[in-house]
Amino acid sequence: MIKANLTRRTCLAGLSLGVSLVALRPAFAAAPDLTFDELYSSFSALGLQFSDKVKTLTGQEISIRGFMAPPLKAEAAFFVLTEIPMALCPFCSTDADWPDNILVVYLDGKQTFTQPNQRIEARGMLERGSWTDPETGFVSQLRLRGARFAAV
Amino acid sequence: MRNLLTALAASTMLTGMAHAAEIYPLDRATILARSPFDFKVELDAVHGEADVAVLVNGKPYAEVFGKPAEFVAEEKDGEGKVLGSALILRDLALAEPGQYVVEVKAGDETKSVTWDVYTTPEVAKAKNIIFIVGDGLSVAHRTAARIMSKGMTEGKADGRLAMDDLDHMAFIGTSSTHSIATDSANTMSAYMTGHKSRVNALGVYADRTAPSQDDPKVETVAEALRRTTKKSIGIVTTAEVEDATPAAVVSHTRKRGDKADIVGMMYNVQPDVVLGGGSAYFLKSDVPGSKRKDDKDYIQLFTDAGYSLATTKAELTAASGTNTGKILGLFHTGNMDTWLDRHELKKGTVDKFPDQPDLVDMTTVALDQLSKNPDGFFLMVEGASVDKMSHPMDWDRAVVETIELDHVVAVAREFAAKNPDTLIVVTGDHTHGVSLIGTIDDEKPGDEMREKVGVYDDAGFPNYTDADKDGYPDKIDVTRRLAIFSSNFPDYYETWRPKLDGPFAPSIQDADGKYVANEAYKDVPGAVLRTGNLPKENDTAVHAVDDVVLQATGPGAEEFKGYMEQSDVYKVLADVFALGTAQK
Repeated sequence: MIKANLTRRTCLAGLSLGVSLVALRPAFAAAPDLTFDELYSSFSALGLQFSDKVKTLTGQEISIRGFMAPPLKAEAAFFVLTEIPMALCPFCSTDADWPDNILVVYLDGKQTFTQPNQRIEARGMLERGSWTDPETGFVSQLRLRGARFAAV
Repeated sequence: MRNLLTALAASTMLTGMAHAAEIYPLDRATILARSPFDFKVELDAVHGEADVAVLVNGKPYAEVFGKPAEFVAEEKDGEGKVLGSALILRDLALAEPGQYVVEVKAGDETKSVTWDVYTTPEVAKAKNIIFIVGDGLSVAHRTAARIMSKGMTEGKADGRLAMDDLDHMAFIGTSSTHSIATDSANTMSAYMTGHKSRVNALGVYADRTAPSQDDPKVETVAEALRRTTKKSIGIVTTAEVEDATPAAVVSHTRKRGDKADIVGMMYNVQPDVVLGGGSAYFLKSDVPGSKRKDDKDYIQLFTDAGYSLATTKAELTAASGTNTGKILGLFHTGNMDTWLDRHELKKGTVDKFPDQPDLVDMTTVALDQLSKNPDGFFLMVEGASVDKMSHPMDWDRAVVETIELDHVVAVAREFAAKNPDTLIVVTGDHTHGVSLIGTIDDEKPGDEMREKVGVYDDAGFPNYTDADKDGYPDKIDVTRRLAIFSSNFPDYYETWRPKLDGPFAPSIQDADGKYVANEAYKDVPGAVLRTGNLPKENDTAVHAVDDVVLQATGPGAEEFKGYMEQSDVYKVLADVFALGTAQK
């Protein structure tokens, strides 16, 4: 809970510390975990309901594991985190579409794309609510802000 | 050799000249008399308006068409580069059947096309049409479905599929206007408009400008029915209702991915029954699960327009008993799950959407509702996941989807038996490069899975069982199962086994946009990496150019025969409904 209440500044300090510790122990071990299974409490054609856990953790630093979908463009400020590797590319193909349970991740700094089949853990501040990316028009309901990621 | 080179040079020059100007509709277009369409001339250079001459059957075009076209001095591409001048005349309709020779001359650019404007008998042959599409339905799907569902003894099928007894058939050529290859947008659009088009395009000819919704339009079957009849219209699918195949009944866009706009197009036509998945594009952008970028609430708009709403199988049953006359059923935010996942494996997204109706349930409700109209109906039913499971080479799911589609054909035939003024058409929109080649027998010795593939005499017969006689195999992972392979594939791990943990995802994308084998299947016992034979940009197996087999029964079915272009199928539908004559 103490970790969860970190301000952005202390979080960044913690992150830079974390980076230097990567070699010693797994990164991001301490942030509250969220899994893709825990994002929604109910599914309906009329909309999804965010889980109590998501509501509680909104505004807090969290970590979540998944796969990075190929970015819209190399220099995009965000990427899409999916539960399983994307077998289709909605950014490239007009007949492909995203699954329901995706998480948009806005990076704190530039990081290179991971190899496919590589599970990653992303950590950042959980943000909830409709947001249209000003550059791409991509609409998301759930995001990580100021995020970093590492292979796991 | 020299002669050949000369001939090649000449043909290259001819090709270059042919590109000087383009006229839409294209040469050899077949156009239903009185149906509205857009006429467009694209010139390769910039001309003065007075320098562009267009003759139709030798007369100035505005005389024949009844009005002048808009002249665009400079059409530009997305980057602002000038493409040339253009003429656009929207909502043109030709009442007089016959040949129309359209000749364009502008400077040294010339182009000539000939259209065949056809009309229909004045009296309809049938009151109802049920148009059933197995998306991607290929011969191998049918054969596999028959063997899996009915069994086979000593080389003879132990039963017949419902589609096996449709008495008329034709081979259908599915190629698109710019390629021998094709997709569900242009193929279904050809069925539903009578005009071939380009890959990804619906209800339009694909022009050269970037915007996706300014391309020259042609009339869809739903629009023709609204214009000429009082018939009801139904759309039933296991895909998103705004996906290409159902969208083709009502839509006009160069880009099938314009799904948010397609929902608006569907709303404008207001088919009486719309059942399927894809609610994400009906929800306002601030609702979790929405894929819209605006605050339009199409659930509310359809409800306000008098539709009963259903979001589960239970609600569909309730809605079918109401007297609103119109039903919107959206049972999933995306594509609905497959029969195998819904009924046996409980994988995919069945845990999230546990009460999805079957395609048979949806078809039955649609028929009940639409048949209340004394003027009759047009119902399009799509088994979408025959295709959606064939792309990732999940053959077990694709074949079971074909069995479900066949149950829909059985329901349609039962309806037609009581209502003989009904034409039933059963077809694919395109094919896949898929073949059934034998069996896979786990009991064969060794660990190498390829050695368990039985071919020729060694294949024998599979050992699926159907104790409850529902037509579906009691379990999919039997020890001697059908061996089905794709002629084309990305890199992937072949497992020779049904995918019991969820639909197959054979390959995934790397940082350079190339597809590589999905390592999630690497450790399946016996899995072997197959290096793909497709460009690495391809995520899954692709559509085949092979002909589709169309089958039909009922009044007008005799018009289906031999080889037909996909666009010619629409002419049969128009004939059967007498769409050349206003009937309201």
